[in-house]
Amino acid sequence: MSSSRWLAVFAAALVLVLGLAACGGSDSSSSGSSSESENESGGGAPSAEVSGEIAGAGSTAQEASQKAWIAEFENANGGATVSYDGVGSGGGREKFISNAVAFAGSDTPLSEAEGELGKAIKRCGPGELVEVPDYISPIAIVYNLPGVEELKLEPETLAKIFNQEIENWNDPEIEKENPGVELPETRIVPVNRSDESGTTENFTDYLSKVAPSVWTHEVSGEWPVKGGEAASGTSGVIEAVSAGEGAIGYADASQAGELGKALIKVGSTWAEPSPEAAAKILDLSKEDPELEKGQKNVIAFEIDRKTEASGVYPIILVSSLIGCTKYKSADEAALVKAYFEYAISPEGQALSAEASGAAPLSAELTKKVEAAVGAIE
Amino acid sequence: MSSVDTTTNAGQILAAASGGRRRRGDRIFSNAAVVAAVTILALLAGVAVFLVTEGFPALTASSAELPKGESFLSYVAPLAFGTCLAGVLAMIIAVPLAIAVALFITHIAPARIALTLGFFVDLLAAIPSIIYGLWGIFVLGPAAVPAMKWLEAKLGWIPIFEGPASITGRTMLVVGLVLAVMILPIVSAVAREAFAQTPRKLQEGAQALGATRWETIRTTVLPFGKSSVISGAMLGLGRALGETMAVAIILSVSGGVTFNLIGQANPSTIAANIALNFPESSGLAINLLIATGLVLFVITLATNFIARLIIARSQPQ
Repeated sequence: MSSSRWLAVFAAALVLVLGLAACGGSDSSSSGSSSESENESGGGAPSAEVSGEIAGAGSTAQEASQKAWIAEFENANGGATVSYDGVGSGGGREKFISNAVAFAGSDTPLSEAEGELGKAIKRCGPGELVEVPDYISPIAIVYNLPGVEELKLEPETLAKIFNQEIENWNDPEIEKENPGVELPETRIVPVNRSDESGTTENFTDYLSKVAPSVWTHEVSGEWPVKGGEAASGTSGVIEAVSAGEGAIGYADASQAGELGKALIKVGSTWAEPSPEAAAKILDLSKEDPELEKGQKNVIAFEIDRKTEASGVYPIILVSSLIGCTKYKSADEAALVKAYFEYAISPEGQALSAEASGAAPLSAELTKKVEAAVGAIE
Repeated sequence: MSSVDTTTNAGQILAAASGGRRRRGDRIFSNAAVVAAVTILALLAGVAVFLVTEGFPALTASSAELPKGESFLSYVAPLAFGTCLAGVLAMIIAVPLAIAVALFITHIAPARIALTLGFFVDLLAAIPSIIYGLWGIFVLGPAAVPAMKWLEAKLGWIPIFEGPASITGRTMLVVGLVLAVMILPIVSAVAREAFAQTPRKLQEGAQALGATRWETIRTTVLPFGKSSVISGAMLGLGRALGETMAVAIILSVSGGVTFNLIGQANPSTIAANIALNFPESSGLAINLLIATGLVLFVITLATNFIARLIIARSQPQ
């Protein structure tokens, strides 16, 4: 009696373990399916209301804009529910590929480096992949030096500062670029992100392009130089720079607050991190065939960080919307299409600028992006 | 043995008296207790199975395949070091303090003050770790900057205070202090319970032999509570090793192994590293993070095992 009871108990425990293990392996399945449309007759006209439910996930940089778009979009389309989960770009891409979400937001385009581009194309079959920029934001170089109102930095100097090669603010190399500015003898403390982030990836990409002789590290979302001050998240970097006199960091320009923002040399002029200057660079950049892989509706840029044009700010973060041209149901596709169209529309971009200080897409780029989004059926 | 027999007999007598009703209650209770105990084991096994299966791809991958291009061991070693350093630092600060607080509450303070103080110490455990983290970066960190500059100037010859002192206060020393505050209530609650149970006869005996209050505590209370203090400290250490949010928020992690507690470059901890890098990771990078979680699991298991061993050895027979 007693031994058979123990047997039963252990059998139950075994079932529990296996059950838990099974849960660990499988992802939560599609939540992106659209619910039955209540009003079928409304379809057809582009301005018709859409309904149903879609979920997206990804970039935290986009999160504030996504929240603002969702609120307005749901206001205009009573039957529609859109959700966006800021799990991070990598997580968003992974969820999109595994069919757990209908769309994703990512700070870096899908690439072949980890096979993600191919997998995403496969996920969209028999339709096609859609990837378009929807969020452009300047990354400011913020510094904390009381009394120094304006700081000019050449790309090489910037790279040396973040590579810990220039250690004091009154270094001749910095003084040379800032004549007439009283630079203190304070130690320079470069502040970087301690978490993996698209901001870091874009910033290190910039440094490696403009100062290849100084910045020999690999481009990555994880900060490559050891020994600096590290803080988590944009707010953490801003907090650390604000707390320490002599600190310098990089962060989304809209979050810089009271901190000084350095002017960066572009060509022969000094550029400041304004939304307009940030948006302009995509018009000067070429699309990257390797990132587009022959897909008609993928718009991915090789950002021209080395541009010498005036009025352009090259340290930017470009985040993209990722979706498919075909979904399981026409309703779901219509909803994704309507939502994407709203996000990239001038109203959507203006809202995004208001919500997170992003730079609106230029007129030229908007046309291209509209064509790509228009391919969703 | 004999006590089991008597309870069974008593149970049978009672069962006979109430016509089998009580017997069913007994069975339900004992089954429920067994199920609860086995569930705990099953959960633990489930976590272990998850860590091993999900971490396996990273454990078996060559260093070239791993996202950082370095072997798993060289990736996890500085993290394990940082985890242990933070945990040990927190213990060094918290355990003596917790013992002192527990002794004050049980043997020195008047009853009313003891009750209030005990209540407030317990309250520390109810504060969420993210609040500790924010308090660390906004209050304790900046406040510790002058102190750390002083340590660098006066005690800089000791490697742990080598400096240069951080200008923001996000250092291992501050993390150790915050973790110490976090584990203080756990350690002191366990110690308090044990100290309060010291047999009066022992204490009175010591006093009758002419012992002062300190001597009484040293010869009776401390030895009596020793094993409980150790197990309380291990509970606290477990919490400190696994603490995630507070460390992730406060610590300026720049990798590398260093004993310098007041600099801007600190080794990260396993849990904080997972929290910081998981959101942007995909593919093998996630497996790598989970594999580091497995290492943390093993470290925690090992410390608990060693603690049990120490307790078993120090048990008065």
